[in-house]
Amino acid sequence: MNRRKFLNIAMAGGAAAALAPGPGDAQVAPVETSARIVIIGAGAAGTALANRLVRRLDGAEITLIDPRHDHLYQPGLTLVAAGLKPAGYVVSDTAGWLPEGVTWLPERVAAVDAEARTVSTESGQRLDYDWLVVAPGLVLDHDAIEGFNLDMVGQDGIGALYAGPEHAARTWAAASRFAEEGGTGLFTRPATEMKCAGAPLKHTFLIDDIGRRAGNAGRMNMIYAAPQSALFGVPIVAEKVRMLFEDRGVETMMNRTLTAIDAGARRATFAVDGGTEEVDYDYIHVIPPQRAPDFVVQSGLAWADRWTDQGWVEVDMQTLRHLRHPEIFALGDVAGVPKGKTAASVKWQVPVVEDHLVAAIEGREGTATYNGYTSCPMITRIGRAMLIEFDYRNNLVPSFPGIIAPLEELWISWLMKEVALKPTYNAMLRGRA
Amino acid sequence: MQELTHETMTAVFEEIFGRSLFWLMVAAVALITLGYIYVLVRDRAVSWRKFLLAQLSMPLGAVLAVWFVMAMTRSRLSDIGGPVDVMLLLGIAALGAVGMAILVYTVEALIGSRRTTGGGDVR
Repeated sequence: MNRRKFLNIAMAGGAAAALAPGPGDAQVAPVETSARIVIIGAGAAGTALANRLVRRLDGAEITLIDPRHDHLYQPGLTLVAAGLKPAGYVVSDTAGWLPEGVTWLPERVAAVDAEARTVSTESGQRLDYDWLVVAPGLVLDHDAIEGFNLDMVGQDGIGALYAGPEHAARTWAAASRFAEEGGTGLFTRPATEMKCAGAPLKHTFLIDDIGRRAGNAGRMNMIYAAPQSALFGVPIVAEKVRMLFEDRGVETMMNRTLTAIDAGARRATFAVDGGTEEVDYDYIHVIPPQRAPDFVVQSGLAWADRWTDQGWVEVDMQTLRHLRHPEIFALGDVAGVPKGKTAASVKWQVPVVEDHLVAAIEGREGTATYNGYTSCPMITRIGRAMLIEFDYRNNLVPSFPGIIAPLEELWISWLMKEVALKPTYNAMLRGRA
Repeated sequence: MQELTHETMTAVFEEIFGRSLFWLMVAAVALITLGYIYVLVRDRAVSWRKFLLAQLSMPLGAVLAVWFVMAMTRSRLSDIGGPVDVMLLLGIAALGAVGMAILVYTVEALIGSRRTTGGGDVR
C-alpha cells in the first residue's frame, strides 16, 4: 500500500497532464451503419481513431492503409538521441495496436480521387470509401540539404534524430563524441512547418547538459541556428527559451536556413538575407524541411494558397474537416492547421474527428471543436523540464494552473516526459485516453 | 482529463519500473500489508514496544524511497525546481517512512526479537 500510494501521488500528475481534458466521450450505444471508412495511415492518429470508431460504430467497414510494420513512438526519439533510452524504446508492432474488425492494408497510397471517392495504392488496388481520413504523417525531405544523406548520420559529427530510431541512436553516437571532445555544436531546424518544434531545442539543452556533466562546458561552443526570428512560435515561451540559452551560454544564429553541408570539411552552409554564410562545426544536428506525402498535393487535397511548398491538407481549423470535400478529414502531421504536429495534438484532434464522423453517419452535425491545443514537455536538462501547453492563439493553457507552472524548469515535468508520457500515449493509441 | 483509468495507471507504473519489477513490488506490498493486518488481528493491540523500532526506522524508509525514485527516473536532488517538486519529494519521503514503519513492525511482530517477545529486558 505504501509504495503504491506514493507512486499514485507522484505520478497522478504526470498521467493527468498528458490526459488533460478533451472533448466528451460519452458511452452510448454503437451506431449501426454499413459505411466504408478508409483511414490513410496507421500511426498515432490513424490507430487511435480506428480504436475509437470500432466502439462507436456497428457494422462499419474500416480499412487502414499504411506500409509500415513498425509503429514509432516518436516523442521518444529525443530521449534516444541523448542516450537516455535505447532505440527499441520507440518501436512497437503496428498490428498489435489495431482493433479486431478492421482491415489493415500494408501498402503505400498512390492517389485519392475525391470526386469518385476512391483511394488507390501503389500496387494498383482501388478502394471505394464513403468517409476518408487522411493521416499518413509527413515526409522528411533529406535531399533538400545538399551534401547530406542519411547514411552519414552517426559519423563525422552528424546527427539527425527525426529520421527514426536507428538514426536517433546514431545521432547519440555522434553527439556523445561531441559532448566528450568539445568543439562547435550546430543545432538547426527547418524553415517549413515541422513535427514538435520543441525537439530541436530539447536536443540542444540535453547535449549541453550532458557535456556540462562531463565537465566539458568550457570546451563546447553551442550554437542554435534557425530560419525563424524567434526561438519558439509562442512568444512568451520564446522569451523564456532565450533566457535559458543565455544562462547556458548557447549562442543563437537566427534567420538562417541550413541548405548544405560539407561532411568532409565539417562545414555548414546557411541561406541568409539573399546570400549565404558558412559555419564550421564539430557536431551538427540536421532537421530537414518537412512536407506532406506527394499524393496529397497530386490528389488536390492540399491548400492552394497556404504552405504551397509543403502541401498540408486543406481542413477547417476547428473540425479538421476538408473545406472542399466534407467526407474527408485530416489528422496529425498532415493536417493543414497552424501548430499541432505533435502526439498531444493528435490526442485532442482524434475525438473531434470521431465526433463529426459519427454524427455525419447519423445524419446530424458534430459539435466537438479543436482549439489547437498542443503540449511540449520541454526538457531543459536531464531531470528537469517545462510543461508547456498552448493553443492556436498562443495562449498558455496549463493543465494544472497554480500547481505546475508552465515556464518553470521542474522535476515533476521531467517525470511526466520521461516516465508518464509513453503509457499515456499507449492508452491514447488504444482509444482509451 | 478524459479518463484516468486503472489500466492507464498500471501502464504508467509498468513503464517506470519495468513489468516484472513493478508486479514484484505490488506482490511485496500486498504481502506486507496482509502480514500487518494479520499481526494486528492476532495481537488485538498495537504494541508500542514494537513501534519504537518501527519509528526509528522511518527516516531510513524516507531516504530509501527518495533514493529509489531518483535512481529510477535519472534524477538528482538538484533537479528540484519549485514548490510542487518539494511537495512531491516530501510526499515520497513520507510514504517511504510510513511504509518502512509498517514493514519493520510486521517483521518484528512475526519473527520477534527478545526485546518485543520476551517482555522483560527492554534494552
